[in-house]
Amino acid sequence: MYELIVIGGGPAGLAAACEAWDKGLRRILILERDQELGGILNQCIHNGFGLHHFKEELTGPEYAGRFIHQLEQTGVEVQLDTMVLQLLPGSPHQVHCVSAQQGYQILETQAVVLAMGCRERTRGAISIPGERPAGIFTAGAAQRYLNMEGYMVGRRVVILGSGDIGLIMARRMTLEGAKVLACVELMPYSGGLTRNIVQCLEDYDIPLYLSHTVTDIKGHNRVEQVTVSQVDEHRRPIPGTEMIFDCDTLLLSVGLIPENELTRQAQIPMDRRTNGAVVYENMETQIPGIFACGNVLHVHDLVDYVTAESQRAGAAAAAYVQGTEKASTSLPLTNGPGVGYTVPQNIHLDTDKAQVFFRVSQVFHKSCIVVRDEAGNQIAQFPREHMAPGEMEQISLPKVLLERAVGGLTIAAEEVEEG
Amino acid sequence: MYDVIVLGCGVVGAATAYQLSRYPLKVAVLEAQNDVAGGTTKANSAIIHAGYDPEPGTLMAKLNVEGNRMAADICRKLHVPFAQVGSLVLAFDDGDLATLHTLYDRGIKNGVPGLELWDAQQVHQKEPHLSDAVVGALYAPTAGIVDPWQYALAMAEVAVTNGVELHRCAPATAITPVEGGYAVTTPKGVFEGRYLFNATGVFADQVHGLLEEPDYRITPNRGEYYLMDKSQHEQVSHVVFQCPNENGKGVLVAPTIHGNLIVGPNAQPVEDRRNLGNTAEGLDFVRAHATRSVPGLNFRENIRNFAGLRANSTRSDFILEESANHPGFFDLAGIKSPGLASAAAIGKWACERMLEQEPGLEAKEDFVEERPHVVFHTLSPQEKNALIAQDPRYGRVICRCETVTEGEIVAALHAPIPPYTINGVKRRCNAGMGRCQGGFCGPRVQDIIARELGIDPCEVLMDQEGTYVLTGETKTQGGDAHV
Repeated sequence: MYELIVIGGGPAGLAAACEAWDKGLRRILILERDQELGGILNQCIHNGFGLHHFKEELTGPEYAGRFIHQLEQTGVEVQLDTMVLQLLPGSPHQVHCVSAQQGYQILETQAVVLAMGCRERTRGAISIPGERPAGIFTAGAAQRYLNMEGYMVGRRVVILGSGDIGLIMARRMTLEGAKVLACVELMPYSGGLTRNIVQCLEDYDIPLYLSHTVTDIKGHNRVEQVTVSQVDEHRRPIPGTEMIFDCDTLLLSVGLIPENELTRQAQIPMDRRTNGAVVYENMETQIPGIFACGNVLHVHDLVDYVTAESQRAGAAAAAYVQGTEKASTSLPLTNGPGVGYTVPQNIHLDTDKAQVFFRVSQVFHKSCIVVRDEAGNQIAQFPREHMAPGEMEQISLPKVLLERAVGGLTIAAEEVEEG
Repeated sequence: MYDVIVLGCGVVGAATAYQLSRYPLKVAVLEAQNDVAGGTTKANSAIIHAGYDPEPGTLMAKLNVEGNRMAADICRKLHVPFAQVGSLVLAFDDGDLATLHTLYDRGIKNGVPGLELWDAQQVHQKEPHLSDAVVGALYAPTAGIVDPWQYALAMAEVAVTNGVELHRCAPATAITPVEGGYAVTTPKGVFEGRYLFNATGVFADQVHGLLEEPDYRITPNRGEYYLMDKSQHEQVSHVVFQCPNENGKGVLVAPTIHGNLIVGPNAQPVEDRRNLGNTAEGLDFVRAHATRSVPGLNFRENIRNFAGLRANSTRSDFILEESANHPGFFDLAGIKSPGLASAAAIGKWACERMLEQEPGLEAKEDFVEERPHVVFHTLSPQEKNALIAQDPRYGRVICRCETVTEGEIVAALHAPIPPYTINGVKRRCNAGMGRCQGGFCGPRVQDIIARELGIDPCEVLMDQEGTYVLTGETKTQGGDAHV
């Protein structure tokens, strides 16, 4: 019987396991489906990781390496190349998994941390019309081919979506000698970090077409042509605005989906806005002893925030096992105008300080994040110079503010009148 | 000289070869593409229809009902995923209710067992997610859902196991009469056969035209589909049709045998016989009509769109006949819906023509009608452990979404008809069929194919010839990086 099983050995799982060890748990197991720890960071060979957590600029593998090194100093067990097939909540919880080395195992544990990460949205999810030739890749799959396997996937490239992986791949493909013809974004703003727009597109003269989308793909065997059209305010293509690009490759960076098949199967309550589990501020789901953190919970912009969140999950899992978790009442937290979701969705009243993450649903310039309670009282406000959906926002709510609230809290984003 | 040459290895060619392989005959199957089941067989509704639709007295009526019976038996013997879930034709008004009666009467004449007319209450009780506007339905318990690739592949594999030669990448480029038969020229050589069966799907008229001008034309008609995530599987438990119209059986909503939900098709005549593209208009049409049956369909849960070509022809019935001027040349052509459902019976029909020509031909005593096929995720924990102990590659999950192991992929790559491509593996093992659409497992599958076939990863194709995935190694492409 384990005290804690962590499902997934990417940045979230690593940080949660290390933290739980530091907090005193000694029977911890990480189950990782890949052949090594580190998760998607292993294919992110660009730099820019760790500015917040380590106060220095690391590549993805370096960032993962720091935690893998830290893990090696602990007695945390790791099973690689091991796929979890089922999670059965109970006391104890049961984890069914399979691997070449161990066969089919049914493991028992007091606590579970879900850290399975996310997957990419595909062509099907957005129903792009046209033929179905080879040469259409999700940006992350192309990144794996280039950075892990050492193969190029094309010579003339159009990228749909301005998510961070798409932007990074625009630069990466260019540096490998491909010609990136355009980056096309359905929304009137980019879905990625501003620094990536500058460093990956502008620095290489790659045009970014906002409010555009791909409306046709031609090519029986391999992509030959991609048609791009402007869209109106309802995101419908405007006839007559078609631009045709002769290319052999289309990369898709059209969003990430938390990979929650195990979570759903275990009937853990989910949030339709995040596609992740509903959690408290300590990352515990609605099922006691099961925690979630990282991109399986909500899609993050920076891995540094994944680490911080996962450390909270690891610490809380330790407290749960050690019986030091306090039972207290909680406040529901919800998103108001301008805000797409909140994580957590519930806050225990006895917490010292609750970190709240969310994304805004449109671009805001000089603005304010406002927290109100059910009675309409303003509990807190946080000024911001700029907010965009591509960048995660975070606020922290100390206990004294929470105690002042009447009923649940709502978080809204509001433009501030100039003058 | 071969006794029989079968042109085409879609489900009809495969069924024909499967039946012929029971007899001591020298048979070759010539397939134009690099894999079997690559045409209409790979892109359709995957339904084994009950048989109430075709006009009584037609070949379609007879062979559909017979093929339906045969399919259940073949799928069981050859481990092909198949489930007789039954179908419903919905009525939305009095006109539709009258149509249901017509279909019911036709079904009775065609010999379809178990048909029932359901009233609104019965329908909604059995299918709670259907539109409130549904006022009745025709229930056909023998309709089923099948894995169409496995169905064709399984029959082709049994044929090959029993001595039939399969030549891939061998499209007929010329057919000429020779002494005692015909010579078929292909890029893989010239094949001479006493009898020819033309099962080349949407290309049947062109292939017939290599020998003589046919008196029919294939008029391909494209149907577009949505394939939805498993989260949508429980929207319906039967194959749900609307009343047929001049464009065919209309838009259906059905569970798939893999646990997804299929929605489609529309019907659009096309000139280009390689045109399998989707159109915004076609997909809009499918969405609009499908939600008429099941209003709660969540199209955000779509994981793939695809399109297939119906091998419609200038005739109304299947074209199963011997050429008047060229005895021994048989068409198995114009196999539109219910083609998949009828395929097994069409194969039997073809074989019977052969037996008529060769009276006294006895079936082989050593005919092997089995096919090893392990599907890891269907096994019990004990069976899984036993399999992994025997071959640890069954413990390594390659496709996360569908839980497909390396062992299954390697087994497929060493089966009687091995795949050469990523989609060939997908059709045999399901790897890449799931919600991430091969985003995670594609590179790994490619790697395993390269390793097992001893080729360079850059040579591994996605699907048919020309569908290259990689353009070369990194650090070699060069070019102007504008740095």
